[in-house]
Amino acid sequence: MNGFMKLLRRSPWSARIGLIIVLINLTAGVMAPIICPYSETEKAGDIWVQPNAENILGTDHIGRDLFTRLVYGARNTISIAILATFIAFTVGSLMGFFAAVLGGWTDLILSRIIDVLMAFPTLILALMVLSVVGTGTVPLIAVISLIASTRVYRLSRAVAMDIEVMEFVEAARLRGENIWWLMRHEILPNALPPLVAEFGLRFCFVFLFIASLSFLGLGVQPPYADWGGMVRENAGAITFGIMTPLFPAAAIAVLTVGVNLIVDWFLHISSGLKD
Amino acid sequence: MKNILELTFKRLLLGFGTIIVISMLIFIGVEALPGDLAEAILGQDATPETVAAFRAELKLDLPPHVRYVEWLGNFLQGDLGNSLAGDRPIAEMIGWRFSNTFFLAAVSTVIAVPIALILGILAALYRNTAFDKTISIVTLSFISFPEFFIAYILIALFSVQFQFFPSIANIDDGMSLFEKLHSVLLPSLTLTMVVTAHMMRQTRASIINILSSEYIEMAKLKGLKRLRVIVVHAFPNSLSPVINVVALNLAYLVVGVVIVEVVFVYPGLGQLMVDSVAKRDIPVVQASGLIFAVTYVLLNLLADLLSIVTNPRQLNPR
Repeated sequence: MNGFMKLLRRSPWSARIGLIIVLINLTAGVMAPIICPYSETEKAGDIWVQPNAENILGTDHIGRDLFTRLVYGARNTISIAILATFIAFTVGSLMGFFAAVLGGWTDLILSRIIDVLMAFPTLILALMVLSVVGTGTVPLIAVISLIASTRVYRLSRAVAMDIEVMEFVEAARLRGENIWWLMRHEILPNALPPLVAEFGLRFCFVFLFIASLSFLGLGVQPPYADWGGMVRENAGAITFGIMTPLFPAAAIAVLTVGVNLIVDWFLHISSGLKD
Repeated sequence: MKNILELTFKRLLLGFGTIIVISMLIFIGVEALPGDLAEAILGQDATPETVAAFRAELKLDLPPHVRYVEWLGNFLQGDLGNSLAGDRPIAEMIGWRFSNTFFLAAVSTVIAVPIALILGILAALYRNTAFDKTISIVTLSFISFPEFFIAYILIALFSVQFQFFPSIANIDDGMSLFEKLHSVLLPSLTLTMVVTAHMMRQTRASIINILSSEYIEMAKLKGLKRLRVIVVHAFPNSLSPVINVVALNLAYLVVGVVIVEVVFVYPGLGQLMVDSVAKRDIPVVQASGLIFAVTYVLLNLLADLLSIVTNPRQLNPR
């Protein structure tokens, strides 16, 4: 903790802004039921009311409080994104480590499968999978984890390949340690720094992807709040000069920039460059 | 030369292999549908005879590999089967929309490529100046923004505030080229912004990479003029990575175009695909997905081939 505080004191202003943005979003998401004046799906006034004292950001296309929706949107979108990123990392890095440690046929088959999946444009792959399995939160998380895990596989395999040829892994092998032990005690600790930075980048990708799918009406389903979906629902307002749909869209943009700022800082530290 | 031919041939083979595997996957994906397509469409009350007749009509009674070969054969001849909703031939629905999508992508490319290359080269030449840093921050934010955010900001500015362009980009065959351009300008500007950001950053990186290599240093030490160093020494070597960057980003347009078409209600292939996913009109999704995926693979293939062919190191082997 002490080391972290020290690191934080020396952090550049860009990383601090990023941290503040992420913390605000996380707090808002966790505390949603406490800070919101209304409930997630409650009608709070007329439709598309301009910002005022009762509805700080105005209301949406069926009169729900936009601020409340925005905070619940943070809760839903961010938790789905974190969950999907975690699944992608568990599956992707496990497969990548397996491929690197076992080599041979395991590596060949896994890598070719991943190659084919990566040959699809991501959004098109997602659209096709969703058309077959149907829309909903579970298919959404599954398809996004699948797509993100291919990129994680690539990175973790490459990193593990480098570690795998080191003497200490060879020594552990000769001691007769099994593959799980090798992966947990030798490969994982050494592969962690690049994987952590990748986690941030993947989170951004996953988060933007969820927003896009929800915007297309294929992600989080109504009546639950979700930033991408909110843009879609309120898009009609913009032609009347009502800026309502820009709030959730801006929220997406701000959070992505925030996470990117932190990742940049982290990459800078782990690359060992001074200033 | 032999080296290049061999590389090109290998890459072509790999590309077509990928396309075959992709088409198989798309076909198998539909096979894996829970339940039977016939029962899903006809409902539970259908008599076994109707189901059998329907299956025969859709040729669902044949074994999968026979149907795959037939499906692919028909696809190559332009027969994409019929849509489930409305029972219209898919080829008819897709043809016009495909040309619309192509038009949108082409306009975006024509705007984006020169801007990105010029900005990228300038940023590389004047790197670490205020100009470079400003461009870097601006492009980084464009990359972080979702496409629809940029799109709605453009709409709010140019079609609501100033009323220059329509917020709904509708085009039909009766319009003149100028009218078409006027109507697709906002969507293509959106795509341009996203693609330019990526393209410009990668161009900058590859030019810097080349400018910092030893033979450029050598050319400078020989006392050559700056212009000559860039045109004669740096340019031929930077051609290959830059062409690669351009082609890869055109492949990126394939994804971006779907969202932008939905925002501007543009009658393109992406819009059709999204609608069909929501309606679960699987044959249409299958056909448009295959077209998108093949375009993407072909553009990637083109990128690799061009970078093989334009690489001076490959052209003049020792």
